[in-house]
Amino acid sequence: MELMFALTVGLLYAAGFFLVMRHSLMKLVLGLIFLSHGANLLIFSAGGLESRGLPIIAEGSKIPQYPMPDPLPQALILTAIVISFGILAFALVLVYRSFRLTGSDDSDQLDSTEK
Amino acid sequence: MKYLIVLPIIIPLVAASFCLLAWPWRQVQRWIGVLGSAALLAASIALFCQVNTSGIQVMSMGNWPIPFGIVFAADLFGSIMLVLGAIMGFAVSIYSLAAMDQKREAFGYYPLFQILMMGVSGAFLTGDIFNLYVWFEVLLMASFVLLSLGGERGQIEGAIKYVALNLVSSAIFLAAVGILYGTVGTLNFADLAVVLQHYPNQGLITTLAMLFIVAFGIKAASFPFFFWLPASYHTPPVPVSAIFAGLLTKVGVYALIRVFTLLFRGDTGYTHEIILVMSGLTMLTGIFGAVTQNDMRRILSFHIVSQIGYMLMGLGLFTKLALAGSIFYIIHHIVVKTNLFLVSGVVEKIFGTTELKKLGGLYHSRPWLSVFFLISALSLAGIPPLSGFFAKLVLIQSGLEIERYGIVAIALIVGLLTLFSMTKIWNEVFWKNPPEPVLPAPSFSPVGWMLPVTALAVITVCVGVLAGPIFELTIRTSEQLMNQEIYISAVLGARP
Repeated sequence: MELMFALTVGLLYAAGFFLVMRHSLMKLVLGLIFLSHGANLLIFSAGGLESRGLPIIAEGSKIPQYPMPDPLPQALILTAIVISFGILAFALVLVYRSFRLTGSDDSDQLDSTEK
Repeated sequence: MKYLIVLPIIIPLVAASFCLLAWPWRQVQRWIGVLGSAALLAASIALFCQVNTSGIQVMSMGNWPIPFGIVFAADLFGSIMLVLGAIMGFAVSIYSLAAMDQKREAFGYYPLFQILMMGVSGAFLTGDIFNLYVWFEVLLMASFVLLSLGGERGQIEGAIKYVALNLVSSAIFLAAVGILYGTVGTLNFADLAVVLQHYPNQGLITTLAMLFIVAFGIKAASFPFFFWLPASYHTPPVPVSAIFAGLLTKVGVYALIRVFTLLFRGDTGYTHEIILVMSGLTMLTGIFGAVTQNDMRRILSFHIVSQIGYMLMGLGLFTKLALAGSIFYIIHHIVVKTNLFLVSGVVEKIFGTTELKKLGGLYHSRPWLSVFFLISALSLAGIPPLSGFFAKLVLIQSGLEIERYGIVAIALIVGLLTLFSMTKIWNEVFWKNPPEPVLPAPSFSPVGWMLPVTALAVITVCVGVLAGPIFELTIRTSEQLMNQEIYISAVLGARP
């Protein structure tokens, strides 16, 4: 299970960085989405991936019956998902706006103030 | 007062909310903005005084027992940064009243500005590394919108570069926090410091430290991650540029100093050496970039990069004196750099551009503006007796003390080149004859523009004149940072 997560996270990061480095701004946004998903999955797996039963603590006992994953990283991811959702929505609008202004999706065209 | 420590976060939040409530009334928003910034300044100064007299202030949100809840902790370093941030926020708020155009004001400039200040204050006060990530996002979100507000082509282009690189940095920061939590199981700074000291596999910790260097390095615009800064800082309206230039990269530097004095100091020979190399290259690339530019605001943007190098130099050298030098440098830099951008705003107002070859003759028409520019510029270059001289002196002395002549040489050369490039601005904008044909100067009331410029120039002079007491303060701050036990026992000892 850990191995599968590790491979998925690695793949997401690789795809994310690859897309971020392309010319197309749309691919840039897709790349950023992949990167944030990669980071979220990474945190998720950091909390442990065991699941053999319900995470319920039996009456009279102080520890759960089965080993259970740490819930805190899941709370962290929730925060991170909300933040990245908002920011990616903004990034999409920004890229659309740039397309409307420059008529191009190419990041090399973004140099009107640097000549 | 127990709740003083959260006031610098609550005040901008309240101010932003009231601004939003007053959405249709632009005038009301303007004054709420100024009032909020003034209140933030007052609260920050009060907090600083409290920290200065009675030590580190700690508060746990919701009264959770301490390593589990989110903790806010104000030490000397954090509260100094907070005061500086608040002064800049206040100065730029006043400046915005005169300089911001109606269209941007009508579309939420003031509430966004307050939220930006909330994010900056939160980042300086938090004692929890995930919470630091959240504050970073708060300030980034506000800065994204501020940068693109108005939607001019240049702004959108700058914003795309800024957004893309900062999001990559956030993803790396987030991943680093996740791995850190997965490794040691805590997020509280003080608790992390304790656990990391005794963690058996220091190699893994060093690897993690590298992730943090990259994440904060991008935010601080250090070499080799600085490219987004000169590509975006000259595009928005000047008040936005000024507050970005004064504060945002410094939040990155703050995070680097916080993390590399408190958490990652198990293998300083490796990690801090990398920071030192980065600092040297940051200074050099920044200044070389500045020397080749021909636009006032772009020159100033490249200077930010080069100055970040000095701030990291003290962290890289990692002695008490060096760190004090870094802090002194930050104090000096925030004031001076914000002011230079504010001056560039007045220049832009007069000429309608900041391209050097279209400017000139300001020394005759605006002598006071010239004097204030000169004070800031010479201070940036490190001419005695202005603030920059003392900041550089402390850094260079600390470098000589531990015989790191290479970095000292770079610092001196870069100082010289800074002077060269400031002279270039001086010659082109203020000294040479105005270009033909002479444009009629637009009539505008200079009071609102000059008030903050004057105030910041006066502060610059004061920092130079009061170098002794400020140096003593930075030494105490750096003692607090170098001796991590003080922070740890203040936070963990405050368990209810």
